[in-house]
Amino acid sequence: MAEYLIKNGFVFDPVLGIKGDVADIAIKDGKIVETSAVKNPKVVDASGKTVMAGGVDVHAHVAGPKVNIGRNFRPEDKLFTYKPKSGIERMQGGFSVPTTLRTGYNYARMGYTTVMEAAMPPLYARHTHEEMRDTPILDQGAYPVFGNNWFVLEYLKNHEIENTAAYIAWLLRATKGYAVKVVNPGGTEAWGWGLNCENVNDPVPYFDITPAQIVKGLIEANEYLGLPHSMHVHANNLGNPGNYTTTLDTFKLSEGIKPNSKFGRDQVMHHTHVQFHSYGGDNWGNMESKAKDIMDYVNSHDNITIDMGQVTLDETTTMTADGPFEHHLTELNHLKWANADVELETGSGVVPYVYSPSIKVCAIQWCIGLELGLLSKDPMRTFISTDHPNAGPFIRYPRVIKWLMSQEAREQQLDAFKHKDKVIDATNLAGIDREIDLYEIAQMTRAGPAKALGLAHMYGGLAPGLEGDVVVYDFNPNEPYAPDDIEKAFQNAEYLFKTGVQIINDREIVSNGNKRTLWVNAKVNENPQVMRDVKEKFLRYYTVTLNNYEVTGHYLSNPYVIEVDATQ
Amino acid sequence: MTRTVTDVICPFCGTLCDDLEVVVSDDSKELYEVYNACAIGAEKFLHSQAKDRITRPRMRQEDGSWKEISYDEAIEYTARMLTDAKKPLMYGWSSTNCEAQAVGSEIGEAVGAVMDNTATVCHGTSLIAVQDIGIPSCTLGEIKNRADRILFWGCNPAHAHPRHMSRYSIFPRGFFTGKGHTGRKVIVVDPRPTDTASLADIHLQVEQGRDYELLDALRVAFKGEKLPDVVAGIPKERIYEAAETLKSGRFAIIFFGMGVTQSLGKNHNIDAAIAVTRDLNEYTKAAIMPMRGHYNVTGSGQVWGWLFGFPYAVDLSRGFARYNPGETTSNDLLRRDEVDAVFVLGSDPGAHFPFSSVKKIYNRPSVAIDPHETPTTEVCKVHVPVAFVGVEVGGCAYRMDNVPIETRKVVEPPEGMMTDEEFLKHVLARIKEIQGV
Amino acid sequence: METVTLTIKNQPNLYLEADNITPDAFAGKKANEIADLYVYVGREQYRLGDFFEVSGNAGATPEETKIVVNGDLSRVKYIGMKMTGGEVVVNGNADMYVGAWMQGGKLTVNGNVDAFAGTGMKGGAIVINGNAGNYLGAAYRGDWRGMQGGKITVTGNAGSDLGTFMNGGEIVVGGDVDVHVATHAEGGKIIIKGNAKSRLGGQMVEGEIYVLGDIDVMMPGFAYREDVDVDMDGIKGRFALYEGDLGERHRKRKGQLIYAKLYQQIRA
Repeated sequence: MAEYLIKNGFVFDPVLGIKGDVADIAIKDGKIVETSAVKNPKVVDASGKTVMAGGVDVHAHVAGPKVNIGRNFRPEDKLFTYKPKSGIERMQGGFSVPTTLRTGYNYARMGYTTVMEAAMPPLYARHTHEEMRDTPILDQGAYPVFGNNWFVLEYLKNHEIENTAAYIAWLLRATKGYAVKVVNPGGTEAWGWGLNCENVNDPVPYFDITPAQIVKGLIEANEYLGLPHSMHVHANNLGNPGNYTTTLDTFKLSEGIKPNSKFGRDQVMHHTHVQFHSYGGDNWGNMESKAKDIMDYVNSHDNITIDMGQVTLDETTTMTADGPFEHHLTELNHLKWANADVELETGSGVVPYVYSPSIKVCAIQWCIGLELGLLSKDPMRTFISTDHPNAGPFIRYPRVIKWLMSQEAREQQLDAFKHKDKVIDATNLAGIDREIDLYEIAQMTRAGPAKALGLAHMYGGLAPGLEGDVVVYDFNPNEPYAPDDIEKAFQNAEYLFKTGVQIINDREIVSNGNKRTLWVNAKVNENPQVMRDVKEKFLRYYTVTLNNYEVTGHYLSNPYVIEVDATQ
Repeated sequence: MTRTVTDVICPFCGTLCDDLEVVVSDDSKELYEVYNACAIGAEKFLHSQAKDRITRPRMRQEDGSWKEISYDEAIEYTARMLTDAKKPLMYGWSSTNCEAQAVGSEIGEAVGAVMDNTATVCHGTSLIAVQDIGIPSCTLGEIKNRADRILFWGCNPAHAHPRHMSRYSIFPRGFFTGKGHTGRKVIVVDPRPTDTASLADIHLQVEQGRDYELLDALRVAFKGEKLPDVVAGIPKERIYEAAETLKSGRFAIIFFGMGVTQSLGKNHNIDAAIAVTRDLNEYTKAAIMPMRGHYNVTGSGQVWGWLFGFPYAVDLSRGFARYNPGETTSNDLLRRDEVDAVFVLGSDPGAHFPFSSVKKIYNRPSVAIDPHETPTTEVCKVHVPVAFVGVEVGGCAYRMDNVPIETRKVVEPPEGMMTDEEFLKHVLARIKEIQGV
Repeated sequence: METVTLTIKNQPNLYLEADNITPDAFAGKKANEIADLYVYVGREQYRLGDFFEVSGNAGATPEETKIVVNGDLSRVKYIGMKMTGGEVVVNGNADMYVGAWMQGGKLTVNGNVDAFAGTGMKGGAIVINGNAGNYLGAAYRGDWRGMQGGKITVTGNAGSDLGTFMNGGEIVVGGDVDVHVATHAEGGKIIIKGNAKSRLGGQMVEGEIYVLGDIDVMMPGFAYREDVDVDMDGIKGRFALYEGDLGERHRKRKGQLIYAKLYQQIRA
């Protein structure tokens, strides 16, 4: 296979501990190798440029039924923002909900090479896999949702961890899923009746189990199995003023639990898009930032990781398995609302939303996300995200990086807010002068996410043996630059390699790559009770047969299985 | 000797039953029996065994007769037709698998075609409504397990989706619905006294073409406002009664079909029905679901959704995807003479389109890919028979509630017959050769 | 004001996509440069000059540019699309999307237009001395922001789906209209001087409709309030005022619910 030598770039790699020194990176046979191991490489001149490992996104809604609802029910999202086919690039469309082809190309252009689909409804897993298969270049995996699943609710009511673990292992295999995702635990099942669970002690109608029991039980089951990633949670009460207490209650469920994973992660809980969960006050009028309280907790508990969920001030499309929240949102903005409840498993909602700089609440949300990043004492545990497309489209990641790295850029945006003074009163951002540096950015977008996913043996760094995922940005950190230069450089990578194949050359996409779909195969001891429960529920309550449920064969064009042995 | 294949998915309608059992010969060459299917589904399998099936491509001659041609010649004709045309229409896609739909999409991109599916004469108007107002919906299992107020508006599942009521909507005993149909109330809105209406607790015989007004009246009733004495032929007392019946349930579901998607107002009727569902969510849990006709029209909408961003009527002629029913829909394109070649796969516009459109297909270079002889194949220049998806080849299909199920191959196709996917892959390769890419 | 004259000399065998026939695309160009602008027939690209005789140079800016298009343009789409200023005069029938997404300037058609004229209009004026097709002044599919401003005047009849999702601006129809007027509208004003059929103001949140002729079927969600005198823009008379759509949500101002208003002229 091809050999490459990326010479003379300013390397930022938290795995090797390189903080901008000039170094050469060598790729051979799909992997990073010692520079001495390449004999006749194609040389890429990276002098004056920034070199990092390929980006890793722990949470984005890019493939699956609710994403496609977002596409199909928003023709206006495609109007005038298309990119015609050219060269090897197929045609691309969609601004906030891009087509799968555009998703692959746009992530690649930003230097991202691994993207995890944040929520996969198990009954629809086949659809998620079809879309991932049609997303070029990127390695992907998808998280099946468990927090409103009838099997989980029934087992965890009696704290049956072993049975829960057996079911998780079975479902991961049946759906070819990667991790345990929990969205609005209990609340989306309540939404099956039009109700909700608004705090961790609110019992689920009929099932009579609390969100706290669900989250704690799933953490325990996840550690019982020793899965690569931790339990990944979107807590109850998203988006409501005063919800930061629910978030802290949720965080506390992880206390005292140590990770049991051979995959190198240190956390037992990953909480996603924390911005939406960091609100104080008790109504939209007095809503304020509680990012300080949130980060005080995160900073002092190293068994938690978070991603930001940064608002980008765009017109975008919200979509989440938090069905009741989406209904609440449409009642607020009166825009079109799609809802899809899934038998025995979960639900979802999709509503367009315009984050306007002239609306005080939107501006406060924008501040909160950045505060989370800037107040973090450990960038290896605080990741960049926009909960794409909920808080904004992923193509804004370079803009988020710019805001984190430049106080000037933040002040420029603050000045542009219509209610600037009220916004500053309700938040902490104006008083923060920290500027995140490129090394920390690499921690927040590469090394940190890879480690949290249990994939540090493949992604997130430039150490020999890791996958040949390398990006070169036309950005010289040692020359004077304007904040917009950061955004421009990170929006359009000069060179990109994925698994050792050159994807971008001189900013042109030159290959559709050879994407892989990662999934976790957890081996557990035989569990006849769980298998009997599964058979029974399929017979009586599901509308598809058990034999037609599992995703097999050609749906994953290039599967990559992570084996876990949980039989001890 | 025979063997029985279980968990077979029926490739006929949007109900997509997956509990069929098919008895085939040991060598899988013959199909004998079908169990659990409705009469239509059973026939879908059994008629594949017809001895007079067309098994090879054929081309219309000058004198009107058919002459058998090879698959290679059919591929050549198709590739040339598509590359010669300035704006070909590639229509159908509803009775085939997603794998074929994906290859077809690549062809469409390569030749700048307009891609359209059977929604264009069926639930396309529902899709337009969803684009304007959204859609609170769910999977069919939610109906089975929770719903106790069932409303069929402008559809007749007793005839069009025969096992729908027994598998999902009226009769099943689900997790929270142990009493089966005795715990449910059924409302039917239909100008006709149909077989479905005979099962209803309330049958509103709406005046034809006035469904939009009746739906508006329901919303007025929800808000407690005054109604005129009669709306759409229904006295206001019955409208208030229907509104209360829906509000008093724990979970209301509205199923709807062509009675409203293709009558006066079309998408507006569906829009109003979705508005009714939205309003109901202020009082109880409510959802709405279209009764999709073909077994994989939904899949076609999903595939184009993730590749192009639109579920039907997708114009690729400028190298990017554009969409606007009324302009990019098949019948408008044909009526206005805006397309210069017609490719049909997996549907029968000859039977379903206005005759004036069918004449346009006849007067153009045209190809039909279909296992059957149909009114469409009769007006096309080339007819290519292919294997039946779900019978002779597997592949993914999407149910009316968007749940994807992998159909099965239960029996071998006739010797030497291609599948849709194979044929399309050959056509795509030939097109790339012609275009020199 | 500089004038560029286009006269169609060849009809396309399908339809011509002429999104370049706008003052914005012509501004700053001479006749031969204008003739080189692209047009599309299906997937094939051609030059404007392949289908039109082009004479005259454009002004330096759109505001200083006038375009006159002559001939049978019933197979030409997108004339005047997205224009921000200047003037376009079409002497003949035109196809779809005339003046779509227009922001300013004046567009006159001396003939009929097909569907989607004035889609998503933001400003400017469109005058059609003839009939208009369906979806006049409507929103693009899925967009809750329809016509925002500007004025559309049709001397003849208009089709169905007039002013869907209208937010602002004004539409005046001299003749009759088909079904579905101002569906989902949240503002704006529509005047129909002829007869209407049904579904006026369906799901309407706010805005005004005036009808001088008959209405076949009134929406059940519109309730008669009272008779009023109207005197505006040359329309003078006694009108019955209806408010609605009572089935739809409505906003409050100063504690009062604001309904959409439908005025029907009372004739002896």
